[in-house]
Amino acid sequence: MPTKIEKDAVSGRETTGHEWDGLKELNNPLPSWWFWTFVATVVWSIGFCIVYPSWPSLHSYFPGLWGYSTRDGVTADVAALAAQRAAVLDTIKDVPIEQARQDPALMAVANTAGRIAFANNCQPCHGAGGAGRPGYPALASDRWIWGGTLSDIQTSITYGIRSGHAEARVSQMLRFGIDGVLKPEEIAAVADYVLTLYGKAPPSQASAKGQAIFAENCVACHGETGEGKREVGGPSLKGAVHLYGDTSAAIIAQVTNPRMGVMPNWNTRLDPATIKALALYVHALGGGEK
Amino acid sequence: MSDPSLYKDRVRVYPRAVRGVARRVKWAVLVFCLVVYYALPWFRWTRGPGQPSQAVLLDIGHERFYFFAIEFWPQDIYYLTGALILAAVGLFLVTSLVGRAWCAYACPQTVWTDLFMRVERLIQGDRNARMKRDQGHTDFAKIWRKTATHAAWLGIAFWTGGAWIMYFADAPTVTRDFWRGTAAADVYVFTSLFTATTYVLAGWAREQVCTYMCPWPRFQASMLDEHSLIVTYESWRGEPRGHGKRPPALLGANQLGANQLGAKPLGANERGDCIDCSACVNVCPTGIDIRDGSQLECINCGLCIDACNEVMTKTGQPKWLVRWDTLANQEARAAGRPVPFHLLRPRTLIYIAALVVGFVVMGVALANRAQIDLAVEHDRAPLFVTLRNGSLRNAYTLKISNKTHEATAFAIGLNGIDGAALSLAEDSEDHLPHLTLTVAPDAIGTYRVLVFARPAKPLDAAQDLIFTARNARTGETAAYTSVFMGPTAHATR
Repeated sequence: MPTKIEKDAVSGRETTGHEWDGLKELNNPLPSWWFWTFVATVVWSIGFCIVYPSWPSLHSYFPGLWGYSTRDGVTADVAALAAQRAAVLDTIKDVPIEQARQDPALMAVANTAGRIAFANNCQPCHGAGGAGRPGYPALASDRWIWGGTLSDIQTSITYGIRSGHAEARVSQMLRFGIDGVLKPEEIAAVADYVLTLYGKAPPSQASAKGQAIFAENCVACHGETGEGKREVGGPSLKGAVHLYGDTSAAIIAQVTNPRMGVMPNWNTRLDPATIKALALYVHALGGGEK
Repeated sequence: MSDPSLYKDRVRVYPRAVRGVARRVKWAVLVFCLVVYYALPWFRWTRGPGQPSQAVLLDIGHERFYFFAIEFWPQDIYYLTGALILAAVGLFLVTSLVGRAWCAYACPQTVWTDLFMRVERLIQGDRNARMKRDQGHTDFAKIWRKTATHAAWLGIAFWTGGAWIMYFADAPTVTRDFWRGTAAADVYVFTSLFTATTYVLAGWAREQVCTYMCPWPRFQASMLDEHSLIVTYESWRGEPRGHGKRPPALLGANQLGANQLGAKPLGANERGDCIDCSACVNVCPTGIDIRDGSQLECINCGLCIDACNEVMTKTGQPKWLVRWDTLANQEARAAGRPVPFHLLRPRTLIYIAALVVGFVVMGVALANRAQIDLAVEHDRAPLFVTLRNGSLRNAYTLKISNKTHEATAFAIGLNGIDGAALSLAEDSEDHLPHLTLTVAPDAIGTYRVLVFARPAKPLDAAQDLIFTARNARTGETAAYTSVFMGPTAHATR
């Protein structure tokens, strides 16, 4: 506490009584409105600590009298959003999918809902706009392994591919190389033949030898001329679009130790209306079949 | 220690009522402006079914502006820019010719302030009565007169704020909904806002707006020159001012015509025509003295001219001691030279030319406005898709604006790539040379369209592809140049 209060001769203000090497400090107290606002914030903070979550404990925290939780808020928001969307999505839930395609109003809903669901769930593998990437089929193209009609797409999304679900689409390629079914030189010959199927290489002696091996081992799934068999999920080997690459090395790798991609069954994660919207959206990406 | 105040104290202005030519013009313009403002939203206009029937409507929600027979889309917003530019140049022209005619008669601040002053005068009496009452002690008469004035002001302000809303919503509907309490919240918010601003600006702020808030008085000086018509005081004839009777021989001695050779020097005890009655100051809505010369606060309304003429008539002196005149004319009059009058000067000619060019450009653009518009967005992902048969496919989103009031079929065609074919995204197995797309009346139709092509030579990543849309009914055509994309070294097989 200052021991002596004196007035500064120049400014006429009181000093605080503090002095440093002859310099004296003028007493400029806080404006009262500032001080009382500060006091009010302190009082406010006490109330805040009582009604809102505040003090941590070793294993939990004091939840506050109002029991407020941001997590509850998120849950409620998500539920409200689902309810809000349900009003729109319900319109396509009960309509047969082929009929929904003919209705511009329903297609508008499907395209919007489908686009968002696609971005959230499908895009990480299938790419933006269904562009596809090596190992993950392009959905915008007209090349389909399991079929490109609306119901084909809906089934693929619902049950997945090699997903483990009882209804899942399953196809399996033998491990021709590492299981010793074919010798490496036989596999190379098959690769030479497959290259001719889409014009990457001209027919040759090696490819003729490969054609014979192909007829014995591959036609069951891939078809007589490599056109593919959708009912068993045997991909077409003809055409310009290839899942794992179109080079000789890619073919040899695939025949030796096949990669077989997995797509999850989305029926446990997405509701039927969303899956229907997704199927309509994917179908309209450009590759949909009638 | 007392700080010098940085703020000028407000001097309350108590304008006195006055009669005369300026006052008549001011009333006429005021009535005209207010009638247009309050009545225009109620004016109906037939546009056909499903279209609003209000002649002037700024329909923000549906993105349409209606102005009698003309309908503006958001894409037409540059017409608003053009209109504002024309308004600005028009204001420059008027100012350079006849001074601050806008400030004097047509500015909303002037119009509503004048109206509020009229109301104030009706309830509280003229200048002297008001000054006396304001200085006197509070009694019942003072309280009810003040209350009645503010109530009347608020009533006018509310009407003004309400009329503002009607330009943005159907007037009869919004009025009915307003009183039923079912109108949108922003209707109440904006009505209250404009009620408050009208009340504050016209009732309380008044000349302070012109003097301190408005930027226009600050740069209008650049439009004015010595040939612009402004309100002037003929100091050569009025000075030296003073009270008292003039000898009959001297009445009007200085006026032009009585002495063609200019102002006659006056004797030591002789006085000019100004009797220093302060009538010009008392009627001034901004509370200035015009005898101090042209000044920023002067809105050029000319009420001081009316006031001085009244006085000059009474004293038998010649009128127009305060008059509309140019500085050049005043100088000539004072020197006894013939009065020049230069309406056409480089400044005004440039403004007129700019105005004419602006009107012609706007008019031609408006008259030839397209009823059709085509915009094409190329898909961003994927940029292109390779199909089984090795051909390429690009996807586009077409937006076709149909500005007609009928559902219209548009024929979509392609130019630039031989053999390119079209389909709707939902029907990708069709490959057609033309598509026919229908767009609802007065709407934008959005379609996702696929283009299939097998370019004969390798694409250099992208090549131009021109979309055309043709209104099947009118034949009007729009084109949009987009691109067709593929891999950089796409090998054709």
